[in-house]
Formats: sequence, C-alpha cells, structure tokens
Amino acid sequence: MIQTAPIQQIYDVAAIRRQFPVLSREVKGKRLIYLDNAATSQKPQVVLDALTRYYTDINANIHRGIHTLAEEATAAFELTRDAIQRFLNASSREEIIFTKGTTESINLVAYTWGRQNIKAGDEIIISTMEHHSNIVPWLMLCEEKGAVLKVIPINDDGELLMDEYKKLITKRTKLVSVVHVSNALGTINPVKEIIKIAHEAGAIVLVDGAQSTVHLDIDVTDLDCDFFAFSGHKLYGPTGIGALYGKRDLLLSMHPFQGGGEMIKEVSFQSFSYNDLPYKFEAGTPNVADAVALKTAFDYTEALGKENIRQHENELLSYATEQLDAIEGIRIIGRAKEKISVLSFVVENVHPQDLGILLDNRGIAVRTGHHCAQPLMDRFGIPGTTRASFALYNTKEEIDELAIGLQKAIKLLS
Amino acid sequence: MNNNKPILEIENEIVEEFSLFDTWDDKYEYIIDLGKRLPPLENEHKKDENKVRGCQSTVWLVADYKDGRVYFKAESDAVIVKGLISMLIRVLSGHTPDEIINAKLDFINQIGMTSHLAQTRSNGLLSMVKQMKNYALAYKVKNAVV
Repeated sequence: MIQTAPIQQIYDVAAIRRQFPVLSREVKGKRLIYLDNAATSQKPQVVLDALTRYYTDINANIHRGIHTLAEEATAAFELTRDAIQRFLNASSREEIIFTKGTTESINLVAYTWGRQNIKAGDEIIISTMEHHSNIVPWLMLCEEKGAVLKVIPINDDGELLMDEYKKLITKRTKLVSVVHVSNALGTINPVKEIIKIAHEAGAIVLVDGAQSTVHLDIDVTDLDCDFFAFSGHKLYGPTGIGALYGKRDLLLSMHPFQGGGEMIKEVSFQSFSYNDLPYKFEAGTPNVADAVALKTAFDYTEALGKENIRQHENELLSYATEQLDAIEGIRIIGRAKEKISVLSFVVENVHPQDLGILLDNRGIAVRTGHHCAQPLMDRFGIPGTTRASFALYNTKEEIDELAIGLQKAIKLLS
Repeated sequence: MNNNKPILEIENEIVEEFSLFDTWDDKYEYIIDLGKRLPPLENEHKKDENKVRGCQSTVWLVADYKDGRVYFKAESDAVIVKGLISMLIRVLSGHTPDEIINAKLDFINQIGMTSHLAQTRSNGLLSMVKQMKNYALAYKVKNAVV
C-alpha cells in the first residue's frame, strides 16, 4: 500500500530541535544558527545520555575482563559493530574495523594494504574533489614507493568526467580511492560505476564515505567497494569514532596497522601471532564510550527515517539555492545534478573569511576557506568558498536569516 | 613619520574610540572602514617572502628601519584583517625596537577582538603580531652588533 501520510506531519522539526541542546544556546547575543554540519553535526540528547550512561553504569576495559562490567562493556561495544554492519549492509561483522574516523581508516589502508601491494610504477587514481585526507596518504605512499598518483578531472558544475576516468585506467592501476560525496561541493559521485570500471581493470576501490553516510543509504555489498571509510561525528554521533569496512579476503591478507594489546593471539619475546579479524586491526583499548554512543546515533536517525530526513534536507537545499541565487554577487560553486545539502559559494570581491566573521556576529555558523580541498579550489581558480551545510534540524527560517545576513555583510564589505 | 606618542597612549585612544560603539555591527563597520582605507601595498612587496600565512587569509608585511625606529607597511586579501592591521600599524609603526618588543597590545582584548588572535581564526593576525616583533628584534640585534 502506498503511504499517504504527508511527510511534514511526521517530520516535526521544532520537536526535533528540542532534542539537540546546543541549538538553544546563543552566540554573540543571537540565537545560534548552525550551518556547519558538513564539518560536524550536533548531537541529540539521547547520544549525550548514552555517553554519560556508559561511564556512569558500565565503564570497563573490554574483551579481556571476566567480571560483569567488562562483559557488559564488551557486549555494548560489539553491538555497535553489528549496527555498523547493518548500516553499511556488510556481509559479516568481521569486516568492520573501529577507527578514529575516516582519516584513520584511509591511513590504515595506505599503511597496510598500500605498503604491501603498491610498487614502483604502479598507479593510484583519486579525483579532483578529494579532501586532503584522501590525497596526502596516497601522496606519501607514492613518494615512498615511486608510484604515480592520477587525478580524475571535473566539469564546471563539479561533476566527475567519467570518460576521462576511463582513460586514466591502465593495467598499472592498483587502487582507485574516491570520495562518495564532496565535502566542498556536495556532489554525489557515481561510485558504483567507478567501482565497476576499476574492477574490470583489476584495481580495488576505496570509497571515502565521510559525507555520504549521513545523507545516503549505504550498501557496500551492492556497491561492491573493497573499502569504505566513515566518521561517526558527522552522523550525530560522538567525535573520535568511525570505522573502516573492508572485504574479508583483503583484510585477511593485510598486516596489522599497529602493534599492541588486543591485536595478538600469542606473544613471546621472539615472536607473536595475529588475532582474528576484526581485532587484528584494533590494537590497544578502543574508544569504547564513543563507539557505544554511536549506536544510539544510528538508532536515532533510523527512528526519524532516513528517507524523511533526506526529503527535509533536499527541501532545504532547494530553498537555500533559490534564496542565494537571488542575491546579487553570489556565485554558487558546485551545481551537480546529484548533490546533498551542501551549498558552497563565492561573492565577487569579498573574502570568505570576512563573510564568515560577519555571519558569526549574527550567530550564524558557516565554514569558510578551502575546506581541506586546496586542489579543488585551484580547479575553480578561487582561494576558498563560504559553505552552508544543512542537517535534519535546520529550518527554512534559518536559511532566511542566512540570506539576510549575507545581504547585509555583502553591502558592508563591497 | 616619527611616532612620538607612547604605544600605550595610542592603544588607549583606540579603546576610547571603540567605547563609542554600542553594537558589534558598529565595531565591525568601523574596522571594515579602516580596512578599506588602508593604503594598498605596492605590488613589488607582495611576494612570498613577505607573506605571513594564515589558514584562510594572507597578510603581506614589510618593515623598514630608519633613525632607530621601525616602520611597517602591510596588506591582506581580507578586509576585516586589513582593518585590524591598520590599527596595529597605527600603534606600532614608527617606534623603537624596544618599545615594539615590549608592547602588550592589550587594546585588542579591550576592544573585544581577542578572538582574532586565537589560533582558531587562523587568519594570520597572530603570526603578523609575532612577525612585527621579530622584525623589531632583528633590527635591535643588528644595531647592537654594528
């Protein structure tokens, strides 16, 4: 049966906002308008409660203890691994490695799989719109191994040129590492197609999911990606926790990233043997509390309904695009047909930093600068942009305030 | 030009000027106006070695030493930073190296602009203050040797 209840009735944004304590604070004497969600999202009370509850009721070191607290902590920690497996639709829980976040996940692959498999003359392909965290680890690897880094170009709308991508692929291509959704432009990249093309050439693919996980449904099995990296703090979870998904066979073939406790089976002063997946890659005491609270964040967005959230955010994006297009002097950077709720723009003869300062003065938090994507800014011939990014709790009224703030700032600055 | 007024006195003048403003909007409007009126730096000075790099905006700074006093000229690609630069030049330029090295620059705090010196602003202003003091120190050392 077709669902006929209008989304608006289900999606009560005022009620949702009350669940995020920070949204009620003031900045510079004005009500906070938080539009820097692509950098990090705010946390609902249930996530904060989960963190407190963990430390109040459970706190113990996991996996090795025999006592009740250790068992409860281990169970809670491993429940999040299961939740991530479902969230990404991975085929087994062993394929989920806890990390600090996307950056550490990518570095893990670069330091382990990369150092084992990349040789002089081999080629790694990334795209023009990568975050520095998906450029620098590969540059470091290429420098060390004498490998070559190739870059997929983009068009003026901020979309990958897929024909050019196909031309970059050679029999020396070992790895394609691309961002699923651009943090600076909002572009949703056709990763499934990218993966298919790479696999046909015998290359493996890492998908940087830092921005995509909060907006899109992720299915690593359907995508057939070899690695998938994401951070919890961008999806209403705590900072310092994220994960790497890797295909089982690849993970089995890789050496550990770090040595220490947990990642071993047996140790003598002469030798050691690795633990099984996924623990082989989780040396030391992990970030248990944040991992536990991450599951609460998954539950929270699941209860709201990802499709409902997406519809709300898409409405905000359309509305904001209309509002900003109507302001003289504003040029939106990134007009991909497929994009998430990120709006990056420049204003003629106005430095993004000045805009950022004046908007902050009105309680409006946006991001200004190169967004850790300097090569992308170079592609557009700009030093940086101002970026407003919208989350499940933002409103059209906030976008109206943004538009007013921008108009006033531009008038003052030009 | 010689700056015979003590640094602290100029700082106090600025604090007094800012006390006339009731709102942040007014303060920023004034700083932006100062920024717009800051004389542009000659293009020959806008080279990499004169760059004080911040994460977002760039500041170019040059110094000159004459008759025991240090003179500064600077510019930025961001106008609010230019306004803040303008005030720093007004306070520090034309003073002796010792006066510059010892300047507390508390006026920045008193007019409520401390956040612009914080690391998070990443706008190069903190580096610029450091660089101005470094120039003063360098001229002092050079002078002492000669």
